[in-house]
Amino acid sequence: MKNQFTRRSVLARLGGAVAGVLSLPAARAAKAAVQKVFVSSGAPRGYDPSKHKWLMCVDVNKCIGCGLCAEACKKENNVPEGPYFRTWIERYIIPKPKPASGETRGEAIVDCPNGGMHGFPEAAIPKDQIEHSFFVPKLCNLCEHSPCVQVCPVGATFDAPDGAVLIDPKYCIGCGFCIQACPYGCRFLSPVTKTAEKCSLCYHRITRGLKPACVEVCPTQARIFGDLKNMAPDDPIQKFYEQNRVQVLKPHLGTNPRVLYAGLDKEVR
Amino acid sequence: MTPDVTNVLVEVLPKFEGYVYPNEAGPHPLWGFLIVLYPYITGLVAGAFIMASLVRVFKVQALEPVYRLSMLTSFSFLLCATLPLLFHLGHPERCFEIMMTPHLTSPMAIFGFVYAWYLMAVLLLELWFDYRYDLVQWSKTTPGFRGIIYRLFTVGVTDESPAATALDAKLGRFLSVVGIPSAFLLHGYVGFIFGSVKANPWWGNVLMPIIFIMSAIVSGIALCVFNYMVLTWIRRRTIDMRCLDTMAMFLFYALVVDAAIEGLDWIHRIYAAEEGFSVMQTMIREKLFYTLNLGQATVGTLIPLLALGSLQLLRKRVPEMIRKRMIGVSALMILVGVLAMRWNVVIGGQLFSKSLRGVMGYKLEFAGVEGWFMGLILLSLPFVILTTLVKLFLSEQLPATSGHVPQGEGAEQAL
Repeated sequence: MKNQFTRRSVLARLGGAVAGVLSLPAARAAKAAVQKVFVSSGAPRGYDPSKHKWLMCVDVNKCIGCGLCAEACKKENNVPEGPYFRTWIERYIIPKPKPASGETRGEAIVDCPNGGMHGFPEAAIPKDQIEHSFFVPKLCNLCEHSPCVQVCPVGATFDAPDGAVLIDPKYCIGCGFCIQACPYGCRFLSPVTKTAEKCSLCYHRITRGLKPACVEVCPTQARIFGDLKNMAPDDPIQKFYEQNRVQVLKPHLGTNPRVLYAGLDKEVR
Repeated sequence: MTPDVTNVLVEVLPKFEGYVYPNEAGPHPLWGFLIVLYPYITGLVAGAFIMASLVRVFKVQALEPVYRLSMLTSFSFLLCATLPLLFHLGHPERCFEIMMTPHLTSPMAIFGFVYAWYLMAVLLLELWFDYRYDLVQWSKTTPGFRGIIYRLFTVGVTDESPAATALDAKLGRFLSVVGIPSAFLLHGYVGFIFGSVKANPWWGNVLMPIIFIMSAIVSGIALCVFNYMVLTWIRRRTIDMRCLDTMAMFLFYALVVDAAIEGLDWIHRIYAAEEGFSVMQTMIREKLFYTLNLGQATVGTLIPLLALGSLQLLRKRVPEMIRKRMIGVSALMILVGVLAMRWNVVIGGQLFSKSLRGVMGYKLEFAGVEGWFMGLILLSLPFVILTTLVKLFLSEQLPATSGHVPQGEGAEQAL
């Protein structure tokens, strides 16, 4: 009987099989990547993400802790009730140091009742003992090197070309790895959809020329939203840059956030 | 529940102290008891395989009686290794996306491939090469359904010539050599899943994969000791003391290296005292007091280290019965200690806020997917599979034919 399995034929078959196996995930990944940006993101048809670069700036000095932003976000994005927030406000109360303690300040008291949605109660210490008190709005930090995107096993969370970090809810397997990897506590596992959720910068709004809900309702303009690729000469972002020295949260982690803060304190993490 | 009531509950009944990010204030940690079991079971797989490799690759003849038992242990635990992960997913039905469209920068995605490689290319093939000749023999002599099973497992390769068996042995050994780095990769990767999370100072640690590998080897050998002792007890045979002493010796040396690396990790953490050190102190003193100080350090490391270490020095002076008990109890304590270690890593890493300003609580519940009853079922499952495999492939009724079936009087008594 003639030997059908020559070395050449076996190698050719093996090579073909390996090439097929290798190209399958790549093809599917490419298809999925295209789908993600243009289909599942909530952007309208015709929106070109490569022509924008979104940015959020927060002026801590202007925030009055009214909580409208957190409430608007919950309503706009159908965020589940309970301890689930896409944006929230933290209150920092830094007491005066105890006399002769040798310290520059007392230990910071931080709170955020219900995400700051309904404002804040009276401070736990008398007013005359408070050295500083301020509010810090928090949201997805729009990292350039996002740890959440890096660890997602299926690529359900991804960096859109316009700088937004998005999640495809139809693709997320709900493993929670991204939630563990986010240093800022911005993600949660939705009890409704069983997938990871986070601030999307109100992607369905910004891709239609609107501002995110939190920016829209902020009465003091503590949140400034802009597009780095389409800046007007008197753009608020430009003004913010000129008037402030900016900081980011947890810079030592190398995530390079694009949510910039003015007026942060060393206690803020 | 209405939003108002929910909000009141969240505000009135906080399960945390200090300040935690609002998204961290949920009732349970994101990764619960199931994710504690996942690295535990995977570690037992890798450890049991390394134990088997001592016979196959490093030719430690004294361990012949436990070679096949270790391989079957490794295999039955590997079959269950991904179950806790799967049950934990929010969308288990999408799990194959990990393999179909993997995101290559994710440690979890690559783990899928490492797991598949280890199961298909290493363990299954090595077991088959090891058993092939025996399967052919048994399929001829065993009647009924059992015989059919053996025949099925031969996959039609019934060549009994010396050249074929020599090839089996050669390929089996080659796979075993490949298997050692694969086992390291398998469990090192599990360590990397945690070690790569830089957001969490409890996890983000370059030593994590090595700590995981060493504790895996320790727990795997301890499991083989436990299984061997239980099997001989069930079969009313006497234990091959040469084999047990050798296992205890390897267990001791692996434990020394494991304890040294974990000690180094702690010394570094305490000396460097980086950001978040104070919250870690709270963890050690309060939140993880029992599982860390008592479970992991005392029961899992210190006592077995002393017991097994003294046996290395005074082996000849300790009577056989006491030696057996000391080794058996040490193995059990190590198994408990390594489980405590996995708990401390997985749960411990979620008991403090990433704001480093507060700590959360966790109570292991009885019911539910993340409850301890479910955990118990998942931990029992590999033993059920192992029992079936031992009945099929390590049966006393089968004629000892070839390969790594124990040789010599003592060894024969063992099985």
